[in-house]
Amino acid sequence: MARTLKLRIWRGNAESGALQDVTVNANDGEVVLDVIHRVQAEQMNDLAVRWNCKAGKCGSCSMEINGKPRLACMTQVGSFEPEETITVTPLRAFPVIKDLVTDVSFNYKKAMEVPAFEPPVGMKPGEPRMQQIDVERSQEFRKCIECFLCQDTCHVIRDHEENKKSFAGPRFFIRIAELDMHPLDILRNRKKTAQEEHGLGMCNITKCCTEVCPEHIRITDNAIIPMKERVVDEKYDPLRWLGSVIRKREGIL
Amino acid sequence: MAKSETGVFSAGRAEIAERTLRTDKWWLQPLTIFSVLVAFIIYATFRAFENAHYYASPLISPFYSPCLGKCVPGSSLLGSPFLNFHIFGFATFSPALFILIFPLGFRMTCYYYRKSYYRSFWMSPPACAVAEPHSKYTGETRAPLILQNSHRYFFYIGLIFNVLLTIDAILAFRNGDGQWGHMSIGTVVLLANATFLWLYSASCHTCRHTIGGRLRNFSAHPIRYKAWTIVSALNHKHQNFAWISLLGVAFADFYVRLVSMHPGLNHYFF
Repeated sequence: MARTLKLRIWRGNAESGALQDVTVNANDGEVVLDVIHRVQAEQMNDLAVRWNCKAGKCGSCSMEINGKPRLACMTQVGSFEPEETITVTPLRAFPVIKDLVTDVSFNYKKAMEVPAFEPPVGMKPGEPRMQQIDVERSQEFRKCIECFLCQDTCHVIRDHEENKKSFAGPRFFIRIAELDMHPLDILRNRKKTAQEEHGLGMCNITKCCTEVCPEHIRITDNAIIPMKERVVDEKYDPLRWLGSVIRKREGIL
Repeated sequence: MAKSETGVFSAGRAEIAERTLRTDKWWLQPLTIFSVLVAFIIYATFRAFENAHYYASPLISPFYSPCLGKCVPGSSLLGSPFLNFHIFGFATFSPALFILIFPLGFRMTCYYYRKSYYRSFWMSPPACAVAEPHSKYTGETRAPLILQNSHRYFFYIGLIFNVLLTIDAILAFRNGDGQWGHMSIGTVVLLANATFLWLYSASCHTCRHTIGGRLRNFSAHPIRYKAWTIVSALNHKHQNFAWISLLGVAFADFYVRLVSMHPGLNHYFF
């Protein structure tokens, strides 16, 4: 059965903007992205919205719905109260381009700063053999769809623009953790650079990244905290340091 | 508009006046946590300085175990090395003050409690997607918060406390005259307290790391991998164990205090 939905959609650009009220019909089973498209088709033809798969797998339609970072294609209209006004804004951690579309290039720059997987010298494609238990931790992080909701909600950069130059953000901490936990990656300075170059120490583990992740990756528990512990092994634990000196081996096996 | 400010009001970001547009009761959780933790801090501080009603043979309050100072006769498990301890001539120290720094340090540096008090006390942030009130933020990169990295040492010391409190629970299978083979409500309270503390420690993120998280090849360490999977399962519930064990300690202390004031309260099953 169709229902009438009250929306407040932010419209504007980098210079100025405001929330605009609109009323639109919605059908059972529809998601917020559906009604935004209906608004675009019927009332605001120049409304800018980024989307692609409409299946929660491309990470394009990230926006803030009633103040929460969410994927518009995965947010059921039926989850709101009948009289509730749904407020839709662009991601508030990134510069806005137009309406609901933001410039997320910050994330692409940060991605380039993380060194890629480095296999053992001489290993040819097709040669690596790994057991499932050795790669399952990293596989969880490969579920990331790069919607950047975790980056958007992370207060380190959301609330402090000046931190963007020194903080990579949760999406890239799971990338670093994925590689540092990889049994065949030979780059051994990932812990050090995570702390000193990517700003791991700035994270105060308040877990908002985990709360908003649409893939339910346990970002904080499975990536950030383990990486923090690995950094402690290498930088802050005198006994681990002593052990590594005496036994002449790297701290991580 | 506050275009020149930082954060969500930075130039270039969507011009929205509100600090958050969340419509749910996002303030409820930090307020609840703040209230419970403040209540615990007040109670624990009062009890730590009270220096009385912490022993009702065979029960000892977890706030005072091991009792290392000037203790009530029979309450000291490891002797009294701080019996004559004094600072600037002031010698009447509550025995609790010699030991509470360790469980306090363990909880203060705990990854779960950090989340809780950063949100509810320091409002950094108060809730997800709710702008924090601070103009600058450096996280845990400098003193004093860089000391959070000492969590593992508090964890190790916490294990010693767990052993001692487990011994206290075992000693509670006696009656008030020290005869074995008895069990009271106090025995159950101390056993439950020790169990909750073990679960809290075993589910700790540092425990998870130490037991196997730091390994790169699980397949080369099958026993540690198995242990890591068990600790990982417990780790899912670390938040629950953190609260249960905190309330368990407070309740155990409260119960011992009650029994020490009203010995007849401690019903013996056998």
